[in-house]
Amino acid sequence: MTEMLSGGEMLIRALHEEGVEYIFGYPGGAALHIYDAIFKQQAIEHILVRHEQAATHMADGYARSTGSPGVVLVTSGPGATNAITGIATAYMDSIPILVISGQVPLDVIGTDAFQETDMIGVSRPVVKHSYMVQNASEIPHIVKEALYVATSGRPGPVVIDVPKDTTDPNELCEYQIPDSIELRSYKPSERGHVGQIRKAVQALLESERPIIYAGGGVVQGDASAELTALVRRLGFPVTNTLMGLGAYPGSDSQFLGMLGMHGTFESNNAMHHSDLILAIGARFDDRVTNNPEKFCPDAKVIHIDIDPASISKVIPADIPIVGPCKTVLNQLLDAVDQELDSAERDDEPLREWWKRIESWRQQHGLDHDLLDKKPANGRLLPQQAIQAVYKATDGQAFVTSDVGQHQMFAAQYYKFDSPRQWVNSGGLGTMGFGLPSAMGVQFAHPHATVVCITGEGSFMMNMQELSTCTQYSLPIKIINLNNQALGMVKQWQDLQYGGRHSHSTYSDSLPDFVELVESFGHVGMRAENTQELTEAVDEAFSDKHQNNLVFIDAFVDPDEHIYPMFIRGGAVNDMVLQRPD
Amino acid sequence: MRHLLAVLLENEAGALSRVVGLFAQRNFNIESLTVAPTEDETLSRLTLVTIGDDRTVEQITKHLNRLIEVVRVIDLTDNLHIERELMLVKIRAEGEVRDEVKRTCDIFRGQIVDVTANTYTVQLVGPTEKLLAFIDAISPKRIIEVVRSGVSGIGRGTRVFNV
Repeated sequence: MTEMLSGGEMLIRALHEEGVEYIFGYPGGAALHIYDAIFKQQAIEHILVRHEQAATHMADGYARSTGSPGVVLVTSGPGATNAITGIATAYMDSIPILVISGQVPLDVIGTDAFQETDMIGVSRPVVKHSYMVQNASEIPHIVKEALYVATSGRPGPVVIDVPKDTTDPNELCEYQIPDSIELRSYKPSERGHVGQIRKAVQALLESERPIIYAGGGVVQGDASAELTALVRRLGFPVTNTLMGLGAYPGSDSQFLGMLGMHGTFESNNAMHHSDLILAIGARFDDRVTNNPEKFCPDAKVIHIDIDPASISKVIPADIPIVGPCKTVLNQLLDAVDQELDSAERDDEPLREWWKRIESWRQQHGLDHDLLDKKPANGRLLPQQAIQAVYKATDGQAFVTSDVGQHQMFAAQYYKFDSPRQWVNSGGLGTMGFGLPSAMGVQFAHPHATVVCITGEGSFMMNMQELSTCTQYSLPIKIINLNNQALGMVKQWQDLQYGGRHSHSTYSDSLPDFVELVESFGHVGMRAENTQELTEAVDEAFSDKHQNNLVFIDAFVDPDEHIYPMFIRGGAVNDMVLQRPD
Repeated sequence: MRHLLAVLLENEAGALSRVVGLFAQRNFNIESLTVAPTEDETLSRLTLVTIGDDRTVEQITKHLNRLIEVVRVIDLTDNLHIERELMLVKIRAEGEVRDEVKRTCDIFRGQIVDVTANTYTVQLVGPTEKLLAFIDAISPKRIIEVVRSGVSGIGRGTRVFNV
């Protein structure tokens, strides 16, 4: 027997059948029929946010930490445009989210109606795909197809624009949803080309100074176990991009740390001096390559990616392999096993290579024991704050961050051992991402420890969500590395603009964050030196506060810079290692 | 280098805007673009002329393929192909010049499709160079109005491009 449902009811029904647990949203005129359908059911929980941008970041955090798509519901006009930053954030990092936007009724589209905006047009450059509903009856099909497109191949955000009249509660139609989706124009690659795999294995086994460079594609493609197995089987050094942290265990000795603009001395040097780069689910972003003309002059490149457009976009690949990281890595593992069984290999060059890497690590590697040291000026170092959090959480927490120096300190000093543990806006660099994405993570993992490492500049971009945290009792731990400035901007101004701090400070206009968070019913703490910080962190992560949102306002040394740092226009190993006098 | 790309696209609302938007977003160049449904009404076929080095054209092809509604893309310039463009030209044709315009039109195998006492409207089909040569031959000062369709292309011989 077929059921007669309204468009709004069909939308919610289809989402539920596709496994959606939460909708992050904000109501408004064009979405009210849908909201009424939500009111009449219990299968999906709707989370009321305070700003649509935050809803998209919550869905994004949910998706990053689970691999399942996050779902957003907003109204037309400003509701839709407010969601754009979050959609662009998900697009740049290939995160599967579904954004459902209300739209004015079909018969007034194009008349500049109240709260009308061309959401399909506005979102077009930052979505993987989008749909405009024309008839209520097509809603279940569109929902299923949209989720399929969002999550398959190279994942990404998908928008469904829903004109109000297609969700009218008085217009019922038959609920019909297809069993599966088949698109003649969209067939993501399922496995790597066998001939290319053979060539890649040959190159891997012949190399003398190899490095494995793995990115967010390994995390999104659930290929961490396969990556780890391959790295260990080959005994090669491995580095992760900002998006790839956790793809390979961060505390393992074969891990060289993050590479790139603020990457470790050893990983950037190993990249530069390598004779073979195996790039997996990484896209040679400009924050990784520095000047592409000077990029790794002796290296042959094997590039594995699900998206052919990522291959040879910036750095030409010698051996391109299109396919899902997980499958291709399994193919490589099988082929490597066969080759290693049949051939005796001379390990001497690899041993020599490791010696060089170890010497780089000794020379200028990161100091992970800063907590035991007292800075001469008595101030708190931001690195110490990260190390204290790492210690207090046994390296097991989900960590989200905003964008700036604190993000890079977190990436450098929190050793992520598992994929999906580290959640940050890598591609778009969206300030304001940290708190709402942490909320999405906490909804997905209600009993897990979720930390948001932020700075006061980023935090103030979405701090209204403290109210949402109160409403849903989210026990997030927020570490605010407060340097009373837009630290990364200020650092660039120190290094490149003669120390002229143009609009990177806000004089004395910052709030008292402790009082601010307490006004929302949360717990606030303040730390001005290493000792206060460790005490605050230990208390925040103790059982006493397991049900509380705790905000630690950590007053860090405002003069601290983040290093290493690429020298602009240079090679990958051209780095500044400490603040010039 | 000049490339002629043929694209099969789902004939759906908004699909064309994604193709055009892609060129703007990625700073790719479009010289001309023609589009119409094929014999299969669910498909549109585009012919797109772009100028770029091999690497750029490879990126264009890959990014076109990435669009969900794009079914197939080929670079017609990789192989022997035929390309044609249609042009309608309104030409001032008075007095003794009137015969000369008619003669030039015949030489280029154009057809006069509309006539007034002092103008001819000429229809001309051919590769782009031929159309431009005709305008030169007529002399630009006699041209009143030009409308060109943009290039359409198809592979030569038994080579077939469909789904």
